[in-house]
Amino acid sequence: MSKPRVAFFDFASCEGCQLQIADLEEEVLDLISIVDVVSFREVMKEHSDDYDIAIIEGSINRPMDEERIKQIREKAKILVALGACAAIGGVNKIRNQWDAENVKKDVYGDAKINDNKYFDVYPTKAVDEVVKVDYYVYGCPINRDEFKKVVTSLVMGKKPEIPTYPVCVECKKNENVCLFELGKFCLGPITRAGCNAICPTNGSPCDGCRGILRKPEIECIQDVLDRYNLTYEEMKNRCIMYNYSKEECKNE
Amino acid sequence: MSKDLSINVHHVTRVEGHGNIVVDVKKGEIKQIQWQVPEAPRFFEAMLRGRHYDELRPITSRICGICSIGHSLASLKATEDALDIKISTQSQILRRLAINGENMQSHILHVGYLAVPDLLGVGSVFPLVGSKHQDALLKIVKLHRISNEMSDLICGRTTHPIRLIVGGFSMVPNKKQLMDLRKKLQDSIKPTKEVAEVILSVADKIPDFTRETEYIGLSSNEEYALYDGYINSTDTGAFKDYKNYTKMMQEYIVPQSTAKYAKHARKSYMVGALARYNLNSKQLHPLAQEVAKMFEFKPICFNPFMNNIAQLVEFVHNIEDSIIQVDKLLKKEIKDEKPIKPKKDSGQGVGVVEVPRGILVHDYTIKNNKCTKANCIIPTNQNHANIQHDMEEFVPQILDKSEKEIELNLEMLVRAYDPCISCSTHYLKVKFV
Repeated sequence: MSKPRVAFFDFASCEGCQLQIADLEEEVLDLISIVDVVSFREVMKEHSDDYDIAIIEGSINRPMDEERIKQIREKAKILVALGACAAIGGVNKIRNQWDAENVKKDVYGDAKINDNKYFDVYPTKAVDEVVKVDYYVYGCPINRDEFKKVVTSLVMGKKPEIPTYPVCVECKKNENVCLFELGKFCLGPITRAGCNAICPTNGSPCDGCRGILRKPEIECIQDVLDRYNLTYEEMKNRCIMYNYSKEECKNE
Repeated sequence: MSKDLSINVHHVTRVEGHGNIVVDVKKGEIKQIQWQVPEAPRFFEAMLRGRHYDELRPITSRICGICSIGHSLASLKATEDALDIKISTQSQILRRLAINGENMQSHILHVGYLAVPDLLGVGSVFPLVGSKHQDALLKIVKLHRISNEMSDLICGRTTHPIRLIVGGFSMVPNKKQLMDLRKKLQDSIKPTKEVAEVILSVADKIPDFTRETEYIGLSSNEEYALYDGYINSTDTGAFKDYKNYTKMMQEYIVPQSTAKYAKHARKSYMVGALARYNLNSKQLHPLAQEVAKMFEFKPICFNPFMNNIAQLVEFVHNIEDSIIQVDKLLKKEIKDEKPIKPKKDSGQGVGVVEVPRGILVHDYTIKNNKCTKANCIIPTNQNHANIQHDMEEFVPQILDKSEKEIELNLEMLVRAYDPCISCSTHYLKVKFV
């Protein structure tokens, strides 16, 4: 069997998730032993339009981007959303609180940019709001081990397993003191695990970058909010950073 | 020369983000040379409106995957300036380590993985596996890993750091971890020198092109400025009124780009490792000075391609400086400190730091703990105009080369700036019509 051909593409993002792959260091060699990387603009000059798996970083901001992602979808047998921007819209969605004209004026002032197609933006969309996504690698940035697991599963033709329980489970396993106890507001109770609770383990609250669980334990959360004298409104406000307008995450 | 040129490089590779180069030559006459940045704009400054001051750091970190530590530090400095927070000496030392770690990982990634393939005549680092340069490649990989491990230790994570918070750190490394780090840094000096030798052996491939321009960066009386200092220019000298940074960095908008451009005393200026080297080379640590000497690299150097060598020199400096900073921490016993609380809930603050690609400014207005207005001046935006003017002067000088060589030379020029277009918005393409 020939190795699957993999291509990386990026849209509106910080490219930090592709950087996690470059940061696999020596393990990149293991990766290229099971797949052929045919396009990866960030690190290589060569490019091919003949690929089996398209890995997408970034969210969709403009009609011109939408056209490009549709063309990629047509060519790819499997499409993977890589990282929070692609998978759930991520921080890019914060600006969806306002319309495009409002944010353009805030950043570019009175400059005449409206007849420039590069600025022709609409409220940003996660990739699955435009084309079908087969698999998701969550996180901002992605977790390198999870990425390796997903690629290995795809090569073996298996469905990658993504946790359906909250970050609290992993946080407890790491024996951390609950951040609510330390007076911090943490989104761990409603956020999909899989990051090994990296933020709480480093003393910082979870910001929900892996997306809100499809069925968050509402009663349990209410209990946490009551115990620490916090409101549902405050929690929703905290959710704006990664999960604006997203009530639940898909594909579980 | 009466040739027509039709080169089309759509999305220059091995750079961060998307950019295009358009060159149109008809019968030897240059019709158009354009550096285009059509990256999808992301509107970060607008996103910050209404966010609590604690969230500004994690949000702005996401401007750029490669310089997320630098954005985090500029953000923290702006917030702390606005809310009158003075961080502890220990935090200041740790933040210097954070910035050294980022400079190291970004520079070795750029020099080793993105720029060196051009000097060795290959399309990426992958073909170097199994070649006579495999040994050098493995050393580069090792140095890159050590840089990332240092950032992981100090910041909790290299890309989108976690421990950097308003008022200090959410967690600090322990003594044993610092001692291990010190050993790793010490052990990386030898392979660094060996990598420098390999680069020196192909340094004749670095194009000999110079164009006089202005260089802007931070300078300090105490040290080779990265975390702190005053704004300085090779044309106009020290500028200590940091809150009026827009006098030094005048941004404007051009039609071919979603990124802003900038100018100061001339039509363009350059920021980054070469600018810092040109301004502050005397303050580099001894080994870094030695590596600069190997390349006969002297300030003021007007060859933008030498930015790669300036990055290599800074990499050595960052290792030496990190050992010094770790020793300071070990001498005083590192301790868990609570972050310093704000003295007020409203104010305007500016944070200026040097990040791998140059001087970076965040400027926030905060009212009742929430951000009402933000402005960020990104290094790569300050370089776009200089790239454009370099191209205009470089193309006529290389017009007798083959189309392929011209294309490669222009791509190398762009790559030498190590543009981070995600930061500045994001996009790049060379098109010889």
